[in-house]
Amino acid sequence: MSAPSNFDEFLDGIWKQNPIFVMVLGMCPTLAVTVSAVNAISMGLATTFVLGASCLLVSLLRHSIPKQVRIASYIVIIATFVTVVDYAIQAISLDLYEALGAYIKLIVANCILLGRAEAHAAKNPPMPAMLNAIGMGFGFTLGLFAIGCVREILGAGKLFDISLFGPHFQPWVVMVLPPGGFFVLAGWLIVFAAFDHYKTKRTLGVQA
Amino acid sequence: MNNDTIANILLTTILPGNFVLAMFLGMCPFLGVSQKLSTAVPMGIATAFVILVASVSAYFLNMLLVHFHLEFLSVITFITVIACAVQLVEMFVKKTFPELFRQLGIYLPLITTNCAVLGVALFQTARNYNFAQSLAYSIGGGIGFTLALILMAGLRERMQLSNVPTLVQGAAISVILGGLLSLSFMGFSGIGGGE
Repeated sequence: MSAPSNFDEFLDGIWKQNPIFVMVLGMCPTLAVTVSAVNAISMGLATTFVLGASCLLVSLLRHSIPKQVRIASYIVIIATFVTVVDYAIQAISLDLYEALGAYIKLIVANCILLGRAEAHAAKNPPMPAMLNAIGMGFGFTLGLFAIGCVREILGAGKLFDISLFGPHFQPWVVMVLPPGGFFVLAGWLIVFAAFDHYKTKRTLGVQA
Repeated sequence: MNNDTIANILLTTILPGNFVLAMFLGMCPFLGVSQKLSTAVPMGIATAFVILVASVSAYFLNMLLVHFHLEFLSVITFITVIACAVQLVEMFVKKTFPELFRQLGIYLPLITTNCAVLGVALFQTARNYNFAQSLAYSIGGGIGFTLALILMAGLRERMQLSNVPTLVQGAAISVILGGLLSLSFMGFSGIGGGE
């Protein structure tokens, strides 16, 4: 009985409650590190790991953490895992570490993490809590990837460092600069809104 | 290590290197509390104060951590100090301006998870700023954050009178506004010696 519902928890974060496009959370890394698809994916995966691990721990400790100091405890748990990821990335790839810079440490201040810990992990047993967190993490990665792709293709004419349009392509530089991040995110938000609009109109049409 | 003058740092963080519009720190309150000027201003000031407190304490904490070779604890200690500073501000606002406290709501405790606050602490450490430079960096950052919040709130107040297409309403139009602001702030690049 529990298998399908656990799977639902997992899917929830990817689509129905996608942290970037539906809940509009965790905007800082979303805009700051998405200049290329590779950066976006690694940031997403790092966040997913921290999210999954800290939600698991919060859920395991949910009966022993006093209510008054819960936020502080969550933050310390999250900060611990962020430190782990920070050192791990530094050991795996120094280039990536330099590209992401202080934004890896800033995962601590990502609203998605505290939001998940408070809203879901603190009230649910470990298994669904972790699945939900990982689903959210993948949803977040997907969102980052979508933005990163568009920005890399338009701003550098490349995807995963492979040139797409040949040597005569004039890169649209503003897309890899800060304003481009805002505009691409706005574009995706509009796409999602349009999709939602279309879907509600269709279901309403069926009812009538 | 770093030879930026204080005036350079101050100008850079306020205009071309604005925390919100160029470095994407503190986006949540930027999109969340910028509906009205009357809440944007106190929110900006509260955040600027927390940034200042966090920066000063992070500077001394970092000296302590380096001395004991405990650099790996930096994230944990910084965030704990920030959480305490936010608690302080929250109690102060609740006692002195209860009306304002209600308006700011959830966004006041959320200053803890404002990337701008932690960002200042981390960036000043990464760039090896000395005490005066850190101070300039945090004050400039706070002013820059408040400025961005006020500009955004002013734009969004005007926005209520205009006819926005249904699809773009809500988050999308705010993000587009943010992009336009960011574009105009890019015009300041070069001021303060550049990044």
